[in-house]
Amino acid sequence: MIHSLFLVNATGDIFLEKHWKSVVSRSVCDYFFEAQERATEPENIPPVIPTPHHYLISVLRHRIYFVAVIQSEVPPLFVIEFLHRVVDTFQDYFGVCTEAAIKDNVVVVYELLEEMLDNGFPLATESNILKELIKPPTILRTVVNTITGSTNVGEQLPTGQLSVVPWRRTGVKYTNNEAYFDVVEEIDAIIDKSGSTITAEIQGVIDACVKLTGMPDLTLSFMNPRLLDDVSFHPCVRFKRWEAERILSFIPPDGNFRLLSYHVSSQNLVAIPVYVKHNITFREGSSQGRFDLTLGPKQTMGKAVESVLVSSQLPRGVLNTSLNPSQGTYTFDPVTKLLSWDVGKINPQKLPSLKGTMSLQAGASKPDENPTINIQFKIQQLAISGLKVNRLDMYGEKYKPFKGIKYMTKAGKFQVRT
Amino acid sequence: MTAMQKLLQLPVNAVNIVKTVQGVAQGQEEARSPVLTPDSGQQNWYSAVQPEELRHLRTASTTGGGGGEGGGEWGEDRGTLEEGLSSAQTQPLRHDDLKEMLDSNKDSLKLEAMKRIVAMIARGKNASDLFPAVVKNVACKNIEVKKLVYVYLVRYAEEQQDLALLSISTFQRGLKDPNQLIRASALRVLSSIRVTIIVPIMMLAIKEAASDMSPYVRKTAAHAIPKLYSLDPEQKDQLIEVIEKLLADKTTLVAGSVVMAFEEVCPERIDLIHKNYRKLCNLLIDVEEWGQVVIINMLTRYARTQFLNPNINESLLEEGGEKAFYGSDDDDDDDDDDDDEEKKAEAAALAKRKPYVMDPDHRLLLRNTKPLLQSRNAAVVMAVAQLYFHLAPKAEVGVIAKALVRLMRSHSEVQYVVLQNVATMTIKRRGMFEPYLKSFYIRSTDPTQIKILKLEVLTNLANETNISTILREFQTYIKSMDKDFVAATIQAIGRCATNIGEVRDTCLNGLVQLLSNRDELVVAESVVVIKKLLQMQPEQHSDIIKHMAKLTDNIQVPMARASILWLIGEYCEHVPKIAPDVLRKMAKTFTNEEDIVKLQIINLAAKLYLTNSKQTKLLTQYVLNLAKYDQNYDIRDRARFIRQLIVPTDKSGALSKYAKKLFLALKPAPVLESPFKDRDHFQLGSLSHLLNAKAGGYQELPDWPESAPDPSVRNVEVIRLLERVTTLTSVPEWTKCTSRKERKEKKVEKPFYSDSEGESGPTESADSESDSGSGSQSGSEESGSGSESEESEEESESEEEEEEEEDEEEERAKKKKKVDKSKPKKPESAESDQSSGEEQKRIRKGGKDRRSGTESESEDESESESSESESESEEESESDTDIKKKKKTAASKPPPKQTKKESKKETKEMSLLDLDDFEPTPSPQVTPVNSFLSNSLVTDLEGLSLTDTVLAPTTIAPSSSVRLYELLHRITGEGLAVEYCFSRQPFSPDPHMVAVQIQFTNNTTSEAKSLHIEEPKLQSGMRIKEFPEIEVLPAGESVNVVMGIDFCDSTQAANFQLCTHIRKFFVSIQPPVGELMTPAFLTENEFKKEQGQLMGMNEISEKLTLGEKCQSEHVIVERVTSTANLSRVPCGSDKESRFAGKTVSSGSLVLVTVTRKDGAGALLTVNCEKMVIGTMLVKDILQALTQ
Repeated sequence: MIHSLFLVNATGDIFLEKHWKSVVSRSVCDYFFEAQERATEPENIPPVIPTPHHYLISVLRHRIYFVAVIQSEVPPLFVIEFLHRVVDTFQDYFGVCTEAAIKDNVVVVYELLEEMLDNGFPLATESNILKELIKPPTILRTVVNTITGSTNVGEQLPTGQLSVVPWRRTGVKYTNNEAYFDVVEEIDAIIDKSGSTITAEIQGVIDACVKLTGMPDLTLSFMNPRLLDDVSFHPCVRFKRWEAERILSFIPPDGNFRLLSYHVSSQNLVAIPVYVKHNITFREGSSQGRFDLTLGPKQTMGKAVESVLVSSQLPRGVLNTSLNPSQGTYTFDPVTKLLSWDVGKINPQKLPSLKGTMSLQAGASKPDENPTINIQFKIQQLAISGLKVNRLDMYGEKYKPFKGIKYMTKAGKFQVRT
Repeated sequence: MTAMQKLLQLPVNAVNIVKTVQGVAQGQEEARSPVLTPDSGQQNWYSAVQPEELRHLRTASTTGGGGGEGGGEWGEDRGTLEEGLSSAQTQPLRHDDLKEMLDSNKDSLKLEAMKRIVAMIARGKNASDLFPAVVKNVACKNIEVKKLVYVYLVRYAEEQQDLALLSISTFQRGLKDPNQLIRASALRVLSSIRVTIIVPIMMLAIKEAASDMSPYVRKTAAHAIPKLYSLDPEQKDQLIEVIEKLLADKTTLVAGSVVMAFEEVCPERIDLIHKNYRKLCNLLIDVEEWGQVVIINMLTRYARTQFLNPNINESLLEEGGEKAFYGSDDDDDDDDDDDDEEKKAEAAALAKRKPYVMDPDHRLLLRNTKPLLQSRNAAVVMAVAQLYFHLAPKAEVGVIAKALVRLMRSHSEVQYVVLQNVATMTIKRRGMFEPYLKSFYIRSTDPTQIKILKLEVLTNLANETNISTILREFQTYIKSMDKDFVAATIQAIGRCATNIGEVRDTCLNGLVQLLSNRDELVVAESVVVIKKLLQMQPEQHSDIIKHMAKLTDNIQVPMARASILWLIGEYCEHVPKIAPDVLRKMAKTFTNEEDIVKLQIINLAAKLYLTNSKQTKLLTQYVLNLAKYDQNYDIRDRARFIRQLIVPTDKSGALSKYAKKLFLALKPAPVLESPFKDRDHFQLGSLSHLLNAKAGGYQELPDWPESAPDPSVRNVEVIRLLERVTTLTSVPEWTKCTSRKERKEKKVEKPFYSDSEGESGPTESADSESDSGSGSQSGSEESGSGSESEESEEESESEEEEEEEEDEEEERAKKKKKVDKSKPKKPESAESDQSSGEEQKRIRKGGKDRRSGTESESEDESESESSESESESEEESESDTDIKKKKKTAASKPPPKQTKKESKKETKEMSLLDLDDFEPTPSPQVTPVNSFLSNSLVTDLEGLSLTDTVLAPTTIAPSSSVRLYELLHRITGEGLAVEYCFSRQPFSPDPHMVAVQIQFTNNTTSEAKSLHIEEPKLQSGMRIKEFPEIEVLPAGESVNVVMGIDFCDSTQAANFQLCTHIRKFFVSIQPPVGELMTPAFLTENEFKKEQGQLMGMNEISEKLTLGEKCQSEHVIVERVTSTANLSRVPCGSDKESRFAGKTVSSGSLVLVTVTRKDGAGALLTVNCEKMVIGTMLVKDILQALTQ
């Protein structure tokens, strides 16, 4: 399946290569570089590039291209999904997945890749299993290893490989037994010029951090599970039970993992927590444009809207801006024409606004497009869909775990057209 | 083989020489410890050394090792020295420090060196000259060094084939290691070394591993198959055999890998799937995600060849067929799954006339894949989506839309692929995605390629009802800054306009407005689209044509200019005044135009000449003259051709009469089609579909068959089916395990998702897991219920579970138990699945119960090893009655859930009794073979005992040749005692079976009736030939019978139930390895010949010290023959004793040689093709001889 993997950085250097079958010359990447040149923006490189003898399937994450070389028919998503899994694993191991981190840990990277693929077919991709095979590098362990000569590589087959719960390692022990769940919802919305909602959806995830001793069996139930329109589960969740009772029952992996992601469909009415009043005009013949933007909270269930960040790609004709924020700071990059305004928290009594003028290229006609405004925000302690966890129970172990649930709403792709 | 040994010899020497050389050099260089040299600094370090010094150094080292050649050109000297290091000559000085480090004794230095080397490989630097130095470390104790050496080896073995052979023996040794991880990784590396000379070794190793006890090793074997195939396609036939064998494997771990091997090696052998189809469907949900993708894709193809098109009636309807069918057809869809064979055959025969009936297997596939739409893995979701798209009845395809829309939230690469597939789907099944229209709306932040795909989908989804919203969206898109996207939007508007007549005018007006856009690209694109639209109804739009004619002054984009010219030419009668003027302007600029525009100018001229020759004659001639001398031959040709055609000359042929017809014929309007049309002949989700071109290795998706092939090919014998479907458990043990770790290895696969029925299901796996985690206590508890099926599942849960409803249900269950003890029970309606799935499900469920039975049994055995479990049995009797009841109620079909509940309740009680009655079993390890066996049996049996008295383990004194084993103790058996022994007689009905003699003794006062065997639970391939039923066994009597068991050359237990007229006992017979063979009579020469062929990894040698009592030949012979059923082979030397035998099932030779040395020392050699048997036999004989 996957023949080789090349890691390419933003400047076009191949800084790591790994082959699972016979060696493919790195010159195959030239086709990729060609495509890179042709594409105006990095994300416009087609994920699949056919070359005379191979196919290149690439993924861009953290400004690194992961280019997989394949030779014959294979579902492209299979490769793409695997590459993303590789990136996730690196991130999990090294904290960040940057070129520097990979170069520093090149041996671990190699060992990981060796375990993850056998002859190009995925072998062990579950992070818990990998961590048993190859222990993540920590400063302490590096020191210990150099002194004692012990290694990072496990000597036995992780039990997970063979068990029914491959995602959990055995013999987990904690002094404090804790289970935290974060319900994070993201609002994807497009708001049109007049302020009405064109489309709005809620994408939610429940991320868990479970540090429990032994083999706990958890059940998580919701107050209003019918809200969840479309869900995808971590493999640990028992599907039948969800189907029948709408209860999440699972043996959790150890550590951090995404328990489920869900979708609250556009059929449900989605509360939009902020509104934008905008007045962006360019006058014909004048080299000035007006920019006037006011934000305000709306349907926030009494919670504060925080970490608000407004960004907008202004038309190419704009030379510079002279704007005046009522709060926060704003920057405008005259090269990329990107305006960003870090608002902070919205105070309902005193609405934040950004007002001023834009100077345009003299003599040029007025730009016919209006910029769209992207907004980011966070609302703590609120799941905007109204989803609520009812209770969390643990079976299979005797101790009492500490349980915590946190809610948060964020803006996903939240766009206002002007 | 010998050739290889030669090869092995030579480089070893070379390497040794190198070692000494460097050993000398090391002394001098110690001051600059290479360890401290930073990675990048190594070259610098060398250049820093003065050339003078360097030569000195070199000279010293050469003289030291090479024997006084000194002083000369060091480069060449080294070259002769290091035969293997050919590449070292070209870069003489590089990496020497690394070599030194690799030669050192310290693991930490080696590790450091290997790390640097791996870093070099990762950067793509050539490290091949280090090959000999690295390969030596392949047997290094340090596992990390070892692994890094593997990495190196796999990378460079192909380039240095001869040296790579050095390492092979290490892997061969690794293949026999008792640790499954080591066996697996040895196989992995061995098969990854692409050296053709070892193909036979690989083949052998794969075959061996394919029947390994560890599923992990079997999985590795499956992975190795495609590797070997790519190395040597000649092996295909043999590999297919292995694949066939592995396809029958029941573990989820293996399933994905073997299907992958199947797809790479023999995708055309669809017949191999038949027998495994149902198993694969049922296992699917528990297979790891990558395997799921492969299996689903393969099953899609399979289903296309085996089942009928579920939409066949619809296509009939479309042909204007009989409406009457439709109603009945709908009903049939779901309900007819259980329909009998006949009806199906009928349906197949009369597919065209009769309503369609879906094959239950087809339904099984659809049903079992559906939950996977919920997978977090996009590839799995896509695989299921394509399966539904290609296989499901139209009405059911809709379910995939939601999941696909969900994927759109993922990374942009995923989006890209998903959108491509959605675009194809929306052409065929638009309705499916209509509700999700808004999810395809475009954001300004999307990458352009995503925007364009979304646009495609939106266009495909457009219809009369939603066109207005879509057009409004399009309007905002047109204002985007991304001009490529705007152009695509205009195209999309054009397509909407052609497809939906109602909005054509609106669209046209909108596009005309765009003509005044400031961006030229936008205008040009609009012109092109308008041209296409106008062609549909030109009469009404002469003003638009006029408007466009004016644009020729401004628009520079060639395609747009050409389009305008074509329009004017085509409809010149609508704009009679403007057309000649346009031609005049064009004639002026002709020479500066692009080719495409020139061609259209000629066209325009010709058309005008034909309609309005008075005004345009001169212009036309002028244009044609210009064209005549154009650089482009296309244009010259065209000009010549047109001149002949339209300008009347005396020579002009018959054609010119028809010139008008030729040029001014009515042209059909172009149909604007999606580029995704007809892409669905490629399997969706495939690479070929994405590229719209056949990729290498793509398997065509076959068309539906006209009539369904015989569905009975998928039938498996009933017992087999149950087993196959459900007993993924039977992970064979490697040996009777002694350590805790081994026990965990044994921990069995259980379906995870698929099992859960109601609330009791889901917790089961959790429980058994928690057992292993929390230690031995609960484990030993469990062994009490060992032979029971359900208990173990529910056990530890029962303590904690406090859910009310459950109690309720138990109550209910209890009542029911009283009420309808004899009546067959029906599953509760709440649990019953859709009617269609009922039967399959029940089978599965039933099988599962049984399976978990086997599982806990195997656990027992391991418990007995750690000798801590003993169990009380009061409640056993209860649960035993349970079984009986179950038997009654569900003699033909597996037990419904009700019984499960009851037994659960009982186990609850049992666990309350706790471990008070426990006493550790004394573990007298007299003859280990014997004792582990009897021990495990004892514990097994104790699980069945009636009283809570602790049974002393019955050690059976090893008699001279035949040992008696206890099958059922008289207390456990309520007075019936059963013993068995391996009679070592050939079993006449089937020579491949081991004869087991069973002795029943009735110690009760009443007579026992109808003793027989029921429900054997066997590993795959194992068979039992039951003894004839014993009608009556009077009190106090005993009787002997013989049964045959084919153990398939494995030491796994044969489990079955021993039934009397009142009771059933779970028993198992486990053969010592020595009983799996029959004597073979060979001469000394034959023996030697055979032994010569079973070298290498088939030979296992072990040194031993003979026990005090068995120094003499006579005793040795006696001991060996009592351990294993072998015959003596005559031998010339009195120091040697030889024995030969054949395994019963496969007839593989087993050769044993015991060579006595001086004193008590001896060497035991076993040659056997079956490695596992060999290993175990060595162990057993060793035990026997050292006692």
